[in-house]
Amino acid sequence: MKKIVIAATLFSVACLLVVAQTKKPVQKTADSPAASIERGRGVYQRECLSCHQADGGGVPHMNPPLAGSTDVVGVDKKKIIGIVLHGMTDRIPLDDEYYSNNMASHANLTNQQIADVLSFVRNSFGNKADVVTLAEVAAVRVGKKK
Amino acid sequence: MIKRCIFLFIVTTVSFFVRANDNTYNDSTINAGLKLPKGFVAIKAANSIGQARHIAITSNGIVYVKSAKAINGKATYVLKDVDGNGNLSIVSSFDNKGGTGVAIKGGYLYTSTNNDIYRYKLNKNNEIVDTNAAEKIVEGLINRGEHNTKSIVLDNVGNIYVNIGAYSNSCQEKDRVRGSKGMSPCPILDSAGGIWMFKADKLHQTYKDGIRYATGLRNIVGLDWNQQTNSLFVMQHGRDQLFQNWPQYFDSVQGAELPAECMYELHKGSNCGWPYIYYNHLIHKKIVAPEYGGDGKIEGGKEYQEPLMVFPGHLAPNALLFYTGNQFPDKYKNGAFIAFHGSWNRAPLPQAGYMVAFVPFKNGKPLGEWEVFADGFSGKEVVTSTRGAAHRPCGLAQGPDGSLYVTDDSKGTIYKISFTGN
Ligand code: HEC
Repeated sequence: MKKIVIAATLFSVACLLVVAQTKKPVQKTADSPAASIERGRGVYQRECLSCHQADGGGVPHMNPPLAGSTDVVGVDKKKIIGIVLHGMTDRIPLDDEYYSNNMASHANLTNQQIADVLSFVRNSFGNKADVVTLAEVAAVRVGKKK
Repeated sequence: MIKRCIFLFIVTTVSFFVRANDNTYNDSTINAGLKLPKGFVAIKAANSIGQARHIAITSNGIVYVKSAKAINGKATYVLKDVDGNGNLSIVSSFDNKGGTGVAIKGGYLYTSTNNDIYRYKLNKNNEIVDTNAAEKIVEGLINRGEHNTKSIVLDNVGNIYVNIGAYSNSCQEKDRVRGSKGMSPCPILDSAGGIWMFKADKLHQTYKDGIRYATGLRNIVGLDWNQQTNSLFVMQHGRDQLFQNWPQYFDSVQGAELPAECMYELHKGSNCGWPYIYYNHLIHKKIVAPEYGGDGKIEGGKEYQEPLMVFPGHLAPNALLFYTGNQFPDKYKNGAFIAFHGSWNRAPLPQAGYMVAFVPFKNGKPLGEWEVFADGFSGKEVVTSTRGAAHRPCGLAQGPDGSLYVTDDSKGTIYKISFTGN
């Protein structure tokens, strides 16, 4: 009896492993949108969460929300790629509100990390938009390199 | 008829349960949702007073409030308890420039925007003589967004003190960039990162007319003139991002807890050490900032002033008030109330603050530890994102009857806290 149980357990574990292994590459190839968004979550937690907060809600009057931001889900992705690369101290109204803090440049991140984190914020906190690709980030970085 | 009776019966029963539920699950009706020491009560004396920052109350109970933003072109509010039941009604509102500071002294109302300081003459009833006749007494103070609010307070010999916050977190070559070094000496300190003193009655003063009274203060929002010691007390907003920008030296728990939010007593020439050092309240030491070669352990800055009281990191003290009234129990007399706006830089840990603390004082010195006086402004047990806090304490004032008023710049609520002994 015991043996049967163990065998059954082993079998199901093996099945799960096989399923997991076969499933992964199908759903998330290295450059699939889902994989990029998932990697972006980690970048967000490390680089952005302290200011823009866990729910993307920002800090009133200080750091703008990314949740529901017009620019974040905008068609013109160059703008937000530029903000991550060069930081932002413009003090222009964002969705009709001013924010007082300085956003630092994150030029130390790789193009892939920037694509990932922006894909994440464009698809989190209720936002929905197409992902940002490596090529799109590379174009902005080259175009604006100091 | 019967149908109608049944309908009414259902409506009343349902509304009864809804009400009962409201009270059980949300006791926002009791003491305006605040947790207070025994014997104290609170009400929401007013709501929606713009983004109410600081507040000042005259000896005859006229309440002046400054809003961070002009709402419908008005950023200074005049309120009064018209019915004598504690509720404040708006008597008038004016001034299209938002700001933080408001103070009353010597027959004048002083207000500040993020660049300038104004004053208005008051009549013998403490009413503004002419709201269109604002006199600009100080102009052209640095405003670069970050830490740009100007808090004001006056002494008893005709001077006005203004905070000019540093437009930087820690005077890095690149503000808030991970690993960026501190500038040495920090050039910001020439025009910001301290308290400046001006004449309260001279018009159109600029930097050259004032003196840098105290330096090495990153950003002060809460400040008060202590009448017992006849000196200026301030609450510093300590630096951010020890963990985010220096992960090689700090973990996320240290980053949330450090550095201390410090209370200082200032005199002419005081230097509190920003950006070179910060205060670690867990080991009671001044520590060299990582931007200036520190590693979270190296001590430094013997020449810099010691704080008088220390609080956990990032709670954001936005108002300080020495209590001189007779209404509260003896322990509160001459002690300090501090309104904590609540944190944002404690993530990934939960945010904290959103309360009013109290520090007992004796002979002008803190006596013992600080304690939470009024809590529950956020309306939540745990705040994980700053915007989730329903109310954020920002200003404090004492009413003529000795009640304590607390403003909230999130919803413009003004709380009145009184002692009844029951
Ligand atoms: C030090 C705090 C801070 C950090 C860290 C930070 N930001 Fe920001 N961010 C800001 C501030 C402040 C602004 C607005 C600046 C202004 O108004 O001039 C901003 C603006 C933005 C905007 C523009 C929003 C809009 O509505 O137009 C985007 C997008 C953004 N940040 C994304 C990010 C991402 C992605 C990261 C992490 C890689 C990040 N930020 C890290 C503070 C920060």
